[in-house]
Amino acid sequence: MSILEVTDLTVTFPGGIQAVRGVSYEVERGEVLGIVGESGSGKSVTSLAIMGLLPRNAVVSGSVKLHGRELLGMDEDELIKVRGKAISMIFQDPLSAFTPVYTIGDQVAEAVRVHQKMAKDKAAKRAVELLDLVGIPNPHLRAKAFPHEFSGGMRQRAMIAMAIANDPDLLICDEPTTALDVTIQAQVLEVLKTAQQETGAGIVMITHDLGVIAGMADRVLVMYAGRPVEQGSVDDIYYRPRMPYTMGLLASIPRVDGEEGPLVPIEGNPPSPSALPPGCPFAPRCPMKVDMCDDEEPPLTPFAGGRQVACIRSHEIEHKGLTGADVFPVPVIPPSDVVRVPRAERSTVLQLDGMIRHYPLMKGAVFKRRVGTVYAVDGISFDVAEGETLALVGESGCGKTTTLQQIMQLEPPQGGRVVVLGKDSAKLDKDARKALRRDLQIVFQDPMAALDPRMPVSDIIAEPLRAHGRKDVRARVAELLELVGLSPEHAERYPQQFSGGQRQRIGIARALALEPKLLVLDEPVSALDVSIQAGVINLLEELKNTLGLSYLFVAHDLAVVRHLADRVAVMYLGRIAEIGTVENVYDHPAHPYTQALLSAIPLPDPEMERTRKRILLEGDLPSPADPPSGCRFRTRCPKFAQLSEADRRICVDEEPSVARLANAVDHGAACHYAEEIEVITASDDQEEK
Amino acid sequence: MGKYLLRRLAINAILVVIAASLAYVLAASTMNPRAAYQARQPPIAESVIDATLDAYNLNDKTPVIVRYGTWAKSVITGDFGKTWNGGSVNDEMGRRIFVSLRLLLIGTLAGFVIGVAFGAFSAVRQYKLSDRLIGVSSFVIMALPVFLLATLLAMATYNLNDALGFTLIEYTGEYNPKLAGWDQFVNRLNHLILPTISLSLGSIAFYSRIQRNMMLDVLGQDFVRTAMAKGLRRRTALTKHALRTALIPSATYFAFAFGTMFTGAIFTEKIFAWHGMGAWLVDAINANDVNSVAAVTFFTAVCVLFAAFLSDLLVAALDPRVRVS
Amino acid sequence: MRSKVVLRRLFRNKQARYGTVALILLILLAYIGPYIGPYDWTDKDFLAFMSAPDGDHWWGTGAIGQDMYAVTLRGMQKSIIIGLLVALIATGLAAVVGAFAGYFGGWVDKVLMWGVDLLLVLPSFLIIAIISPRLKGGTWLWFVVLLAAFTWMITSRVVRSMTLSLREREYVLAAVYMGIPRWKIIFRHVVPNLSSLLIIDATLNVSGAIIGEAALSFFGFGIQPPDVSLGTLIAEGSRNATGYPWLFAFPAGLLVLLVLSINLIGDGLRDALDPGSNS
Ligand SMILES: Nc1ncnc2c1ncn2[C@@H]1O[C@H](COP(=O)(O)OP(=O)(O)OP(=O)(O)O)[C@@H](O)[C@H]1O
Ligand code: SF4
Ligand code: SF4
Ligand SMILES: [Mg+2]
Repeated sequence: MSILEVTDLTVTFPGGIQAVRGVSYEVERGEVLGIVGESGSGKSVTSLAIMGLLPRNAVVSGSVKLHGRELLGMDEDELIKVRGKAISMIFQDPLSAFTPVYTIGDQVAEAVRVHQKMAKDKAAKRAVELLDLVGIPNPHLRAKAFPHEFSGGMRQRAMIAMAIANDPDLLICDEPTTALDVTIQAQVLEVLKTAQQETGAGIVMITHDLGVIAGMADRVLVMYAGRPVEQGSVDDIYYRPRMPYTMGLLASIPRVDGEEGPLVPIEGNPPSPSALPPGCPFAPRCPMKVDMCDDEEPPLTPFAGGRQVACIRSHEIEHKGLTGADVFPVPVIPPSDVVRVPRAERSTVLQLDGMIRHYPLMKGAVFKRRVGTVYAVDGISFDVAEGETLALVGESGCGKTTTLQQIMQLEPPQGGRVVVLGKDSAKLDKDARKALRRDLQIVFQDPMAALDPRMPVSDIIAEPLRAHGRKDVRARVAELLELVGLSPEHAERYPQQFSGGQRQRIGIARALALEPKLLVLDEPVSALDVSIQAGVINLLEELKNTLGLSYLFVAHDLAVVRHLADRVAVMYLGRIAEIGTVENVYDHPAHPYTQALLSAIPLPDPEMERTRKRILLEGDLPSPADPPSGCRFRTRCPKFAQLSEADRRICVDEEPSVARLANAVDHGAACHYAEEIEVITASDDQEEK
Repeated sequence: MGKYLLRRLAINAILVVIAASLAYVLAASTMNPRAAYQARQPPIAESVIDATLDAYNLNDKTPVIVRYGTWAKSVITGDFGKTWNGGSVNDEMGRRIFVSLRLLLIGTLAGFVIGVAFGAFSAVRQYKLSDRLIGVSSFVIMALPVFLLATLLAMATYNLNDALGFTLIEYTGEYNPKLAGWDQFVNRLNHLILPTISLSLGSIAFYSRIQRNMMLDVLGQDFVRTAMAKGLRRRTALTKHALRTALIPSATYFAFAFGTMFTGAIFTEKIFAWHGMGAWLVDAINANDVNSVAAVTFFTAVCVLFAAFLSDLLVAALDPRVRVS
Repeated sequence: MRSKVVLRRLFRNKQARYGTVALILLILLAYIGPYIGPYDWTDKDFLAFMSAPDGDHWWGTGAIGQDMYAVTLRGMQKSIIIGLLVALIATGLAAVVGAFAGYFGGWVDKVLMWGVDLLLVLPSFLIIAIISPRLKGGTWLWFVVLLAAFTWMITSRVVRSMTLSLREREYVLAAVYMGIPRWKIIFRHVVPNLSSLLIIDATLNVSGAIIGEAALSFFGFGIQPPDVSLGTLIAEGSRNATGYPWLFAFPAGLLVLLVLSINLIGDGLRDALDPGSNS
């Protein structure tokens, strides 16, 4: 019998916003149901409606039955016995989900005491046990810490501890790992699996990451514009999608196991929930649309094999065996001329030599004082050749953004050298610096924050032109908008009137305004939905090839990097761990950190995920204010853990520097025991190399 | 933390010194204590006036800088100089300081505690009748300047007592010197009623608006949702999690509110005929009493900085994020 | 476009609607009312001293036979002007000082914030009270400057702390990396993005200044005769408030209404301008 049964759930907010329009699903005991969908598709609102936690102005209808008992319309006295006891929820952002003024231990203990009559000290002890269960080291000490003293991964673990405190029958996880780095994500997913085994609970796993779902879910529900559009077993959805949206979604994700060729974007944007198209909500973006699609919204109808699809052409798709690449137009990206010249003969556009950037470490907001030094970037070297994309990857806090800022500032670094287009940043005067800025531009991560909300787009793009005294501003703005795939008529609109992907294109247009030679990209697609992301990635690739640009590309998504970059540098705690061509680093990683990083990335492939062998890292990134002696990675290094006492000595005493690997042209690693292995496709069946 | 506090105190001390010096120089260069003597009938000889003023360090024929030097030297020894007619500023201050402090302390505390309580209550019952009532009253009260409020209160009490035929609520002075012991104490309390109301009503309204806004900001946040997802009642989640967190920003306002409070006290003391520091300030300005003006400035500067300091401590006590461990 | 949205949101708010209507009526009264009344504010009726309101003198007369209706409206005009001017100066000053301190940081910040702290410590009442008798005979604009000089500090601190976070915004960084001079960035990207705060603050400063003026005038430290303001009228009226309530009631009532309506608008603006607000 199913634990949770949701039937025809709808949620409407004031102003005619139909956030959820008829969601139905069931969850069985011990089953994991994955819900995927783009931002705004109603995933969170659905789960909040089930918990009864929506704001009071939301109108909810339909039915939510837990063990056959109706939850909608239940009064508070009854509902509080269900919440946190029979159903628990794990939220996306673990920092804001904890009350900042109480200790983690108290907050977990509170969850225990709400539902179990228990003395305070007993509850506190139980909280410590729970924290131990989810893998928090020194739980009795850490229980006394405040939320801001925990790292993101730790907080999410504590959140899980709180959620399983009362042995719930159902766990709703709303993007539980979206805010986390991949290695931490792998740890947290592991904890979730343990928690499920421990409690036997059913799990509703909400995410936009198709890789995460592939490894966890038994069944998958795909949502679009507030409705489920396809539902079925995980294999069916991934290998045999029968709805164009699902097909497009799967075709648009870049894969870390490296398939060549441009990504297939889904054109356009999801409809606004207050202005839905008359028929199929996907019709405006669907390449298979026929006139009948506009007549009425296709209902979610049963399909072969216990699955459900909402598309009038699904049988045709099944029949012809169509895939995303067949249906969606595959863009053609012109090849680049520059790369035909061997790398060694191309000029160097950017060179870093042992660059250092340290910050004073301040503590407290009111009582501020210096308590140490953050070694944000501690001596890194790399170079970017003309026409090349170098990607800088690493977990948050490893110094990627600091590196970019130091380059962009064009000021003398605290140590080492930064040479941009042959000019040393330490030797620039004011005019030379300004002149150099023409050739060096940046695209930021957050497309909302990167554009001044009070300026029309034409002014935003014209700003660098005016600053550098260009005259033909109007014509150039129109030209640039066209270049990035926007209509010049939109020049007088404000940034708020554009979608995320469009805003990012505006940011790119602004960066290109002065025809730079080197473009620095700071996580340019990480804030975008996958279907939109594909379009921006393709645009970047095309621009590079047609305009002969060089990119310095910072990202934490290694799949995107594999797709876009020529070379990659992996950073760890302010140092470079491994550097080389993408093929070398991804296919034969030699540094234990790179290996762990690559193996932590979930693949959107249920078959492979099920058998995949993971290298799980222990613990968190150490504080950059207090890096370990010798090799910075040794506190988490799986190889170090296996070494003998004598072999370890060198890792503790001597900091390894990047050394070229034998028999490779462009591949170096900073490890005393570097050894190339393959990790992405490694599975349990395979023997370890 | 101890070192930090010491540095903070030192900076505050410097600020007090500068503030008091500025006030002294300003007062000394613009005020004219001589006028009071020149207006005497029969007229006093100029040399006699000069001698008197010299004795009090008030002579405008001495350069301001020199007078400032003399004043500063005696202040360092703890002597604030002489009033315009030769009394000791220190004695005067000793008489008045506790009158004011009593009023300010009670007013501030009542304002903060009652205001926060009303604000929180209002936020929890958003858009209900009680919330609207509290909201409307706060707006009306905030539109009533203290001097109007005090005058209105005094008038109302006068009429009330008149109608009753006996003095139910006192509206002038701070105590009745004829009484003693327990009666005296009760009488003092009675005298406190009106000034306290007129002084704290404004801050009650102010804090209740602030606290309501802060609470509503916090209400929409994830951690309140988490608290309810655990199975807490809405009411419990609001008081235990939302209110506790929303207190922090209110406490920062504490630092700024004291200046307003003192200005309020000036009017309250004047209108209810209390002999406190505020009333003294007005009298001193009217009497061209330079040294008294400087002394009052010194007093308010110390109070304002103390309030700011207290506010920091309060924030640190409430918010683990700003504490240095 | 944005301003339209804000206005729509503002007028959806009932309090703000009442406030706006009341304020418009009050301003009309202050500026058109005098043409309707039978007397000029300088006229003195030697046949009626301290007479109660009647058909001739609508709001009664004062001690030397002034027509209270004309005089009060005249006072209200002055109060409104003072409020507007003070708010304009104070908010402008707060914006500039706060933005510079926050954006430049370092010693600029230290010096400016020290100045702010010092002004916060000095009792404004006292300084204005000491200086204002010197301004007798001078123009009342000096008084406006003095009031403004003690009104801007807290806002400038708020502006500063918001600038600190704006400074790290990517669009500001983008402008830096384009090579745009820093003062230009402040006026082009920082200050306009604080406009919500500044508009709200300016509104509340108007009412603050009106109260401040009245408070100082209550002790005779404010507007000096022969000029009148609501403050001077209330001060005079309160001396005889029990016997001749009309001398007190009209100016006091108008003051409260004026301040109340402005505060209601300010509060409504806060809701309308702040997208995260609960309304
Ligand atoms: N309190 C609210 N008032 C009005 N509209 C809301 C409210 N909460 C959500 N919505 C709207 O409901 C729709 C669905 O939102 P929801 O948060 O469920 O999306 P989601 O699928 O979880 O997206 P994401 O991936 O970004 O988390 C959105 O259009 C959103 O703007
Ligand atoms: S119903 Fe029509 S528009 Fe909708 S997904 Fe199917 S083919 Fe496309
Ligand atoms: S040097 Fe040692 S500790 Fe560092 S990565 Fe290599 S094996 Fe691990
Ligand atoms: Mg969501």
